[in-house]
Amino acid sequence: MDTELFQLICFYGFAAVTVASALAVITLKNTVHAVLALVLTFFSAACLWMLADAEFLALALIVVYVGAVMVLFLFVVMMLDIDVEKLREGFVKFLPIGLLVAVIMLVEMLGVIGVRAMHAQLVGGDPALAAGVSNTEWLGYALYTRYLLPFEIAALILTVGVVAAVALTLRERHDTRYENANRQVRVDPRQRLRMVKMDADHGNESTASEEPRT
Amino acid sequence: MITLAHFIVLGAVLFCIAVAGLFINRKNVIVLLMSLELILLAVNTNFVAFSRYLGDVSGQVFVFFILTVAAAEAAIGLAILVLLFRTRSTINIADIDSMKG
Repeated sequence: MDTELFQLICFYGFAAVTVASALAVITLKNTVHAVLALVLTFFSAACLWMLADAEFLALALIVVYVGAVMVLFLFVVMMLDIDVEKLREGFVKFLPIGLLVAVIMLVEMLGVIGVRAMHAQLVGGDPALAAGVSNTEWLGYALYTRYLLPFEIAALILTVGVVAAVALTLRERHDTRYENANRQVRVDPRQRLRMVKMDADHGNESTASEEPRT
Repeated sequence: MITLAHFIVLGAVLFCIAVAGLFINRKNVIVLLMSLELILLAVNTNFVAFSRYLGDVSGQVFVFFILTVAAAEAAIGLAILVLLFRTRSTINIADIDSMKG
């Protein structure tokens, strides 16, 4: 089979899966199912990126998004006890206006894209291969030379994100019992044991009351 | 033969689906966040397509940065969501009106 025709068939297949699962994301009732549909969307979008010769980014999308961000979403969705029915209120009410806005925007965008882009063939082959390197090398070279400062700022943003996420969700619980190893080691026998003298005759009366242990 | 228009049209369709999702799921914060991710995916698809079309690496570098910022945004957004659910026991946007904006 012709390679270009095969690529085109692959494109339409992946694009159909992407659009269908994106529709599922916004319409599915169960939020867990919606997250799983979003995973499928990202996966087929990664396949499309691979068709556009962006191999590194396609794999990064799968590793970072499907592997980390979507799992985070799944964790949160499963952790929260959500009343789905209540959240679905207004779904039908806002459906017409949502569709209207989406369709108008789509028509406008298609108008902007126009017929000129229809003939803009992705010619010339893989630009990375044309430069004689792999896609990762091509991207990495630009990232570590021209875009070094933005790259480091991106690392800083991720650090800030981690710190902010932990700081937001961290809470000190005052009702939990925890072991203080310092106090355990420095304990004195007199804090634990008290010798009580009592007569054999009337035992129960003179016993010392139970003292709370420290 | 795949043309540039294939990718841009796909990006436009994804973007519009996500915007429609913002409209019709306006009570569920989680689906709103997922719609934002879809919007970013549509933009990234355009970047990748133009990077391939122009043979310029800058488009892919920008996709890299967008992915970074989107991951940080998702982490902080979900942290705020957990905090919100812990204090208010709801993630319904209609109930979150204490700031009276």
